[in-house]
Amino acid sequence: MQQPGDRIFAASARGAGILILVVLAGVAAFLVIQAIPALVANPADLPGGKNIAVYVAPFVFGTVVSSAIALIIATPLAIAVALFITHYAPRRLAQGLGYLIDLLAAVPSIVFGLWGLAVLAPAMLGLSTWLNTYLGWIPLFAGPVSVTGRTMLVVGVTLAVMILPIITAVSREVFLQTPKLHEEAALALGATRWEMIRMSVLPFGRSGIISGAMLGLGRALGETMAVAIILSGSSIITFNLISSGNSSSIAANIALNFPDSTGVAVNTLIASGLVLFVITLLVNSLARYIINRRREFSGAN
Amino acid sequence: MSIDTERAQQEKVEPPPGPVSLVRAELPRWAPYGILVASLVVVGVLLAVTGGFSIGLFVFLSAVLFGLATYLVSRVVEGARKATDRLVTIVVTVAFLIALIPLISVVITVVTNGLARFDAAFFTQSMRGVGGANDLAGGGYHAIMGTLIITALAAVMSIPVGVLTAVYLVEYGSKSRLARAVTFFVDVMTGIPSIVAGLFSFALFALFFGPSIRLGFAGSVALSVLMIPVVVRSTEEMLKIVPNELREAAYALGTPKWRTILKVVIPTSIAGIASGITLAIARVIGETAPLLIAVGITTGLNLNPFANRMATLPVFAYYSYAAPGVPREPFIDRAWTSALVLIIIVLVLNLVARLVARVFAPKTR
Amino acid sequence: MKTVRHSARARIAAVGIATSGALLLAGCGASNETAAPAGGGSGGSSAAVSGTINGAGASTQQVATQAWVAGLQTNNPDANVNYDPSGSGAGRTQFIAGGVQYAGSDSAMKADEITQAKAKCASDIVEVPVYVSPIAVVYNLQGVTDLQLTPSLIAKIFNKKITKWNDPAIAAVNAGKTLPDKAITPVNRSDKSGTTANFTDYLSKAAKADWTYPGADSWPIQGSEAAQGTSGVIGAVKAGDGAIGYADESQAKGLGIAKIQVGTTYVAPSAEGAAKLLEAATRGTDGGQYVFSYTLPRTTTDPSQYPITLSSYMIACSKYADAKQGALVKAYMSYVISPEGQQAAASKAGSAPLSDAVRAAITPAVNAIS
Repeated sequence: MQQPGDRIFAASARGAGILILVVLAGVAAFLVIQAIPALVANPADLPGGKNIAVYVAPFVFGTVVSSAIALIIATPLAIAVALFITHYAPRRLAQGLGYLIDLLAAVPSIVFGLWGLAVLAPAMLGLSTWLNTYLGWIPLFAGPVSVTGRTMLVVGVTLAVMILPIITAVSREVFLQTPKLHEEAALALGATRWEMIRMSVLPFGRSGIISGAMLGLGRALGETMAVAIILSGSSIITFNLISSGNSSSIAANIALNFPDSTGVAVNTLIASGLVLFVITLLVNSLARYIINRRREFSGAN
Repeated sequence: MSIDTERAQQEKVEPPPGPVSLVRAELPRWAPYGILVASLVVVGVLLAVTGGFSIGLFVFLSAVLFGLATYLVSRVVEGARKATDRLVTIVVTVAFLIALIPLISVVITVVTNGLARFDAAFFTQSMRGVGGANDLAGGGYHAIMGTLIITALAAVMSIPVGVLTAVYLVEYGSKSRLARAVTFFVDVMTGIPSIVAGLFSFALFALFFGPSIRLGFAGSVALSVLMIPVVVRSTEEMLKIVPNELREAAYALGTPKWRTILKVVIPTSIAGIASGITLAIARVIGETAPLLIAVGITTGLNLNPFANRMATLPVFAYYSYAAPGVPREPFIDRAWTSALVLIIIVLVLNLVARLVARVFAPKTR
Repeated sequence: MKTVRHSARARIAAVGIATSGALLLAGCGASNETAAPAGGGSGGSSAAVSGTINGAGASTQQVATQAWVAGLQTNNPDANVNYDPSGSGAGRTQFIAGGVQYAGSDSAMKADEITQAKAKCASDIVEVPVYVSPIAVVYNLQGVTDLQLTPSLIAKIFNKKITKWNDPAIAAVNAGKTLPDKAITPVNRSDKSGTTANFTDYLSKAAKADWTYPGADSWPIQGSEAAQGTSGVIGAVKAGDGAIGYADESQAKGLGIAKIQVGTTYVAPSAEGAAKLLEAATRGTDGGQYVFSYTLPRTTTDPSQYPITLSSYMIACSKYADAKQGALVKAYMSYVISPEGQQAAASKAGSAPLSDAVRAAITPAVNAIS
């Protein structure tokens, strides 16, 4: 254990970890220093002329709602897709299919933006109208329906499509690593395929699924260009998912307003970036907490 | 015989009529297909009669009916467990098909729109001089090179750091305070909005070189900030599921820890790690916002990432789309072609990653 | 598990493929850059300048800049101009910080910005309009062409006081046209932009009674249909039946373009109308001899002028520490405001060429650059 090679390797691994902390400290310091002028500024000088909390609130809301829609749609689908590729599709087909899904991850976000705008938004118009007609009593679908289809619902679905391959890829790799002995034992006991999956694959893969979902969520929360291009967003708080007025997201708001902002307006935008930072921090802490409670299936440790 | 009766009682289903056998009743192999066809026909006729035919509704209702019918038939004939299994199979397959729809749609959209300018000029020309008196078609050669150089630099910085950090977290740090801190802050890093990463990198370089600094390397740094956490998290996940038995076996043979990690742990999980790294590259290669700020754009070719502005495909595509000239079409076409090229680049990367994984992974089967 | 068996040959093959791919990509320079641009040295051009200058600012000028740079390089193959279309505000900030040699901005510099810029340049500031463009009110309404609108109607439509196309107030100025009973969806820019600034400035002056917001580069009303960039607004109006928006006239092809009431007649947006409006504008007094910031007469009653017009400025130092750089900036800006330069922008970006009167006024400022 005390070989020089070992010491060097351990030190460089440790160094890499420390380097990450330094970089992050740099980013955090940058964010905080740049955000301070907005936090201490006279509210009248800020965009909108209100308190910074009032300014950021709608964007926080929009960020959370769009990411939540994306996660709710994408996670079950991704698990199903990963299961299909690992346990249902014929082995030869499975590799090709996995590759195909990975392709989605390769599509840059700006393309998703253009696609969402050109293809998805018009395609979802019918669904939105239907939701409004039959489920209009739910505040989510209160309408009036946006004629352009550039709504929170469409953004949520687009984000879901964007994060689907991420969650799928991680889940798939974890499912593939399920100890063959567990699976064979379950099958030998007469379990059906689904029972085998439920008893051996899913519990083993739970940490991986959550990890993948968090990676996906991270991308959804911070997604800039796709949201900026698709969403008809402004500084309001509304539960209405299918109307013209939507809550913009933090990242999209930064991208939309940064280029033409000067002075304290820039600081305000960076302060909103800081808020996004904190949100991700909270979400990830929660995920870690859940994963750690279920540690027993992890191979290492 | 007694087993059969017991099972039948347990499932509260009458055993199938006919001579009793020890083999469970099973749906014939053609049954699922039969039910599928029947569902399609029933829904088709129903929709045709009510007059509300639309492709989406037809597919949706058929899938629902197919699932329900299979479940019921199987439950009657084969019992509840088998029925659930069949239902899940259908649900999983349908979910997969649903996931394919946007994929295919995106690919078709990008390919049909991108093919218009997928020509030699796009791969050999930059935008310098386009729009002048000479009628150049203009292309994205400068942007392709810029994207490759900047992303490669980002990968060179991120992959060792990311993989080493993951190794530290899984193999060395396990319970230490540093490891917990790193884990936590890597999570935080996944949430850095890309534009903030760009601002950070720009601010960093501006600190040393003044506010006029725009260079490809600044973009690489911004992309690294975004890429490292993805590499760490996916690698960490893959290292974690390497069975401890392998490590213990290696130790038992007297292998030092670092060799165990390099020769046993990492090769065992190389496929997953490669897949994760490819994902990480895919995640950043299409980033627009940070490159916009840190790298800027230029119309000409610049192969030196340590001096001056560079063009990159996403930024090029973004500006071609957002601020087109007159007439609009050539600009929009170039934007789509840039997107197509970007996807092809990632595809090739993916292939290489798989090749690497296949070559270096231990042969287990 | 079998022993770990690496196939050396496969490994070499993998490396080989990777390297050959890299070599293939790292070929040579772009084909259009290797040959020197043709046609140099013709007619009256000054001695060739060389070097690189960087600019940043309004995205409105980006396409025009491409045409201008191409034109400049025809006679000066060794000169290069980079332009970051990062936004007017960013452009001005970077210029003040010394990050770029010139800035493009959709709005004139404020007094304090000029003071800071002067300090940085250690000289006077040159600020001249270079890019003038009419903003069209575009709409998507089946079967309705030649829609006519008054300033007050535009204000009421965009602040959602009028919500139906067949509103009597609209019908009153569109006699003889059948307006459908359809909801109006006003589309505004979701990003900060000079287009929005000029549009709201127009409304706040021409429709004082109905538009209570000041002119600003971000849209004042929350919760309406919003889209990013000119392309976004055009796309949203195209997609939405009954939608109305505002965008650069040059991008409005395929959409209905409303005629705007000027005095007693209705005027469609045109390059001439925009150029005429700038000619009639009053020049701001402060800032120095080379600062030409104009206040556009939005309430004009002359039907040869189109009041919803954007004028975008180019900002530079009048003296550069590096004389070579100064020469390049001067050569570039001279070309930009020249009739050829303005024509190039008009044909490639759809802007309105500057009128001779304006050019005559601003030429001394550009000539003063050194």
